[in-house]
Amino acid sequence: MARMAGRRVLFAVPVLGVVTFGVFAVAAASPFDPVKAYAGTAGLTASQENLDQLRANLGVDQPLVARWWDWLTSALRGDLGDSSLMRQPVADVIAERMGWSVLLAATAFLVAILLGTGLGVLAARRPGGWLDRCVSSAAYTLEAAPAFWLGLLAIWFFALKLDVLPAGGLTDAASDVVTFGQVASHLVLPAAVLGVSQLPWFFLYVRQGVADALAEDPVRGARARGLSERTVLLGHALRSGMLPMLTLIGSRVPELITGALLVETVFSWPGIAAATVEAATSVDFSLLAALTVLATAAVLLGNLLSDLLYGLADPRVAFDG
Amino acid sequence: MTARSIRVAVATALVTTLSLTAAACSNPDGAGSGSGSASTSAVVGIAYEPDSLSPLLGYGKDGNSKIFDGLLALDADMKLRPALAAELPEVSADGLTYTYKLRQGVKFSDGKPFGAKDVVFTYRTILDEKTNNASRTELDAVKDVTAKGDDTVVFTLKYPYAPFAQRTVLPIAPQHIAGEQDVNTGAFTTRPIGTGPYVLTKWSKGEKISFTANPHYWGGEPEVKKFTMAIIKDDDVRATRLRSGDLDGAILPPNLAKGFADDKRKKTYAATTYDYRTVTLPTHNKVTGDTAVRRALDIAVDREAMVDAILNGDGKPAYGPVPTDSEWFTPGTERPHDLAAAKKILDEAGWKPGKDGVRVKDGVRAAFPLWYLTGDKLRQEHALAYASDAKKAGIAITAEAGSWEVIEPRMKHDAVLAGGGSPADPDFDQYTLLKSSLAGDGFTNMAWYDNKAVDAAIEAGRRSGDKAERKKAYDTVQRELVKNPGYTFLTHIDHIYVVDDRFGPLTTQVEPHDHGLASGPWWNVEKWSTEGSGGSKK
Repeated sequence: MARMAGRRVLFAVPVLGVVTFGVFAVAAASPFDPVKAYAGTAGLTASQENLDQLRANLGVDQPLVARWWDWLTSALRGDLGDSSLMRQPVADVIAERMGWSVLLAATAFLVAILLGTGLGVLAARRPGGWLDRCVSSAAYTLEAAPAFWLGLLAIWFFALKLDVLPAGGLTDAASDVVTFGQVASHLVLPAAVLGVSQLPWFFLYVRQGVADALAEDPVRGARARGLSERTVLLGHALRSGMLPMLTLIGSRVPELITGALLVETVFSWPGIAAATVEAATSVDFSLLAALTVLATAAVLLGNLLSDLLYGLADPRVAFDG
Repeated sequence: MTARSIRVAVATALVTTLSLTAAACSNPDGAGSGSGSASTSAVVGIAYEPDSLSPLLGYGKDGNSKIFDGLLALDADMKLRPALAAELPEVSADGLTYTYKLRQGVKFSDGKPFGAKDVVFTYRTILDEKTNNASRTELDAVKDVTAKGDDTVVFTLKYPYAPFAQRTVLPIAPQHIAGEQDVNTGAFTTRPIGTGPYVLTKWSKGEKISFTANPHYWGGEPEVKKFTMAIIKDDDVRATRLRSGDLDGAILPPNLAKGFADDKRKKTYAATTYDYRTVTLPTHNKVTGDTAVRRALDIAVDREAMVDAILNGDGKPAYGPVPTDSEWFTPGTERPHDLAAAKKILDEAGWKPGKDGVRVKDGVRAAFPLWYLTGDKLRQEHALAYASDAKKAGIAITAEAGSWEVIEPRMKHDAVLAGGGSPADPDFDQYTLLKSSLAGDGFTNMAWYDNKAVDAAIEAGRRSGDKAERKKAYDTVQRELVKNPGYTFLTHIDHIYVVDDRFGPLTTQVEPHDHGLASGPWWNVEKWSTEGSGGSKK
C-alpha cells in the first residue's frame, strides 16, 4: 500500500512538470495580452514606451521556455512569484482564498455523498417504486444540467423571488467581519448547487450497486436465515453496493473542481476557483501555473485516495505494486 | 498515526475553530451589533473594481480616492482647492517651477506624520520605470521633484505645462510604509494607509471594499461612519439588491434607473460627464482619409436621435471632446443634422452613387468597417446608428465586434467606436487625441490625425499659463475640427445613480470616462449629513 502511494507520488512529478509547461504554452498562444490586461483602462491612454516598459517589468517579453523555467526553478525554491492580476504574491492569493474553496467543495461533497447514498439505498429497496422513479428521472435531468445554470436558477428562485437566502458573497454587503452565522447562510446556496450537481452520480451508483447486491446469493441467504431487513440492507447489501462508489469519490474530484469554478463565479464566492477564471483571461502566468498545479495535484490525490479506499474496503483487490 | 491520536487531533481542530468563530461573533465592531448603524452607514453598489488600491500603481490618480488625499483636490465645480497643500501652488513666471507649501499637522491613519518626503517619494516612485504604473505618461512633464525643508515641495518641469496643477490631485502614499516593500506587489497595494477621510477595513476582491471613518481626519471626522462599496458586475442584480434594501445607492444603466422613478424613498441623479463616444476616421484609409467624406459624415449623423433613442435623453450631442456646456466649448461649432448638405459635399468631391447606392470615386467604394468592443451594448448601438445614418448618405459602413486584441492591429486603417474623456483640463483629452506626433503611439491619436494648425494650437494651449490665451487656442482647435474632422464625435453620456432619500439632496461632480470608485453622488460621502433630510453639508 505504501509502495503504491510512493510510486504514484513519484509519477506525479513529471506529470505536474508537463502540465505547467502546457499552461505556459497555451497562455502564450492565446490572443490575450498580459500587458493590456494589467494596464486596464489606463492602457488605453498610455504611450507605447510606457507599455513596453510594463512588458519588460512584468517579464512577459521573455521567450516561453525561459519564462517557464524561471517560474519552475523559483517555485521549487518556494517562491511562487507575484500575481500581476491581484498585485500581490501568488502565495498570499492562495492563502487568502484556498480555505473558502475547500469549505465550499467539502460541504458540497458531503451533501452529494450523504444525500446520494441515502436516496440511492431507499430507491434500491423498491426498484421501480414511486421514489425510485421520481429520483432517478430527476438525477438524469440533473446530470445534463450545467452547474452555472443551476446556480442562476437558484439565485432567481431563493434570492430574488423568495428573498430567503443571500444571492452572493461571503457575508452581507454591509458587514465587514466574517462571522460564522454570516458565512453559514451565504454558504447554503452555492454548496447546495454544487452538491446537487454532483449528486446524480453518487445516487445512480449506489442505487445500482445496492440493487444488485440485494439480488445476490449472500443477501438472499441472509434474508432466508431470518435476519432483519435493516441488518440485511445495511450490513450486507450496502457494504458490497458501496464499493463502486469509493472509486467514484476519487474520480469526481476533477468534476468538483470545474463545478466549483463556475459556482464560485456565479455566487461571487471569494475562493480560488473564481480567481482561476480571471487569471486565465488576464494571462497571469504565475497565478495560473500555481493554480493548475494545485488542481492537478488534487486530481492525482483523488485517484490515489479512491484506489486506497477500494483496497481497504475489499480485501480481494490487490494494490498495484 | 493511531485512531486515538487522530481523534485527539480532530477534537483540537474543532475546539480551535469554534473558539475562533465565537470570537468573531462577539466582535463589537461586527455588523451584527448594528445599533443605530442604519443612519451612520452607507452601502453602494458599483460595477467596476480597481486592480490595486496603491496610488503608486495608478489608483485615484484623478483625485478623490477616500483613503488618500492629493496635494490639491477638485470641488463640486471642478475648481482646484488645497488639500494636503496649504494653498494653491506658486507658479514661476516661465511656468517651469511649481512650489507647494504643505499643510501642517496632518497624520497618516497609522499615526505617523505626513511630510514633504512622502510627496517626493510618491512622485519619484511613480516616475521610476521599475514601477508598473500604466498612467506614467500623464506625468511626462515632470523633470524633478524635491523637498525644501519638511513643509515645501518644488516640482521642476521639462516644458511649460499649464494644466500641471490638475495632475497634483494624485494621492500621496506614506514613505515609511510603501517605501519598505515591493512597490508592485507589496501588502500596501491591497491594504493601503493614507491621510484621507476613510480608512480601509477590508477589501474582499470581487465582493466588496469596506471603509470606516478616519476619526483623526484633518478635514473633520465624517458623519457616515461606515462606507461599503459592493462590487456587483451584473446590472440587473445591482438593481434588484438596491430594491431589496441591501444597497443604499448604485450606478445603473438608464433603462433600469427608470424603474425607480416612482419610488419616493429613492432619488435619481444624472451626473454630467466628459464621457464621449466617437468614431475614429483613420487618415490611412482611402475613404475615411478624404476630408469630404469626414465632413459629410459629420453632418449626416443624427446626434439628437442617438441621445433620445440610445441614451433615453440622458446625455448630449458631442461635436468634440469638450461638452457643449463646458466653459471651454466654442459656441457656433455645433453641426446640426443635415443629410442634404452631406450629400452635396460628397457629390461635389466626386463621390458618385454606384449601382447599389454606395458612392464610388476613382474606383474606390465608399465603404469601411467600424469596430466596437464586444459586449459593450452602448458602443454597439452607437455603431449601428452611425452606420445607418451613413448609409442614407451613400456610405456603407459595416459594424463589427471584437476585443481590443482584435481591434488594435486594425486601428491604422479601420474605424473604431472609441470612448474617453477627462474633465479636469481641456489639454488632457485633446493632446492625446489630436497631436500628430502621437499617431499610433499605443492608443493615443487612434485616427492618425494630422493637422498643422491643430498641432500648433494644442501646443500653445498647454504651454501658456494665461487662461484667455488658452481659450483662444482651444477655440482654434474646435474650429479646425469643423473644417477637417478626424473623428465623428457622437454623444456625451450622463452617468445615472439612484440613492436612498434619507441622505438628503446630494451633488455630483462632472465625471470622466473612467468609472472611478468615488464618482457618483458619493464623491463627497465624507460630507454627507446623517440627520435625515437635512441634506449634505458643504
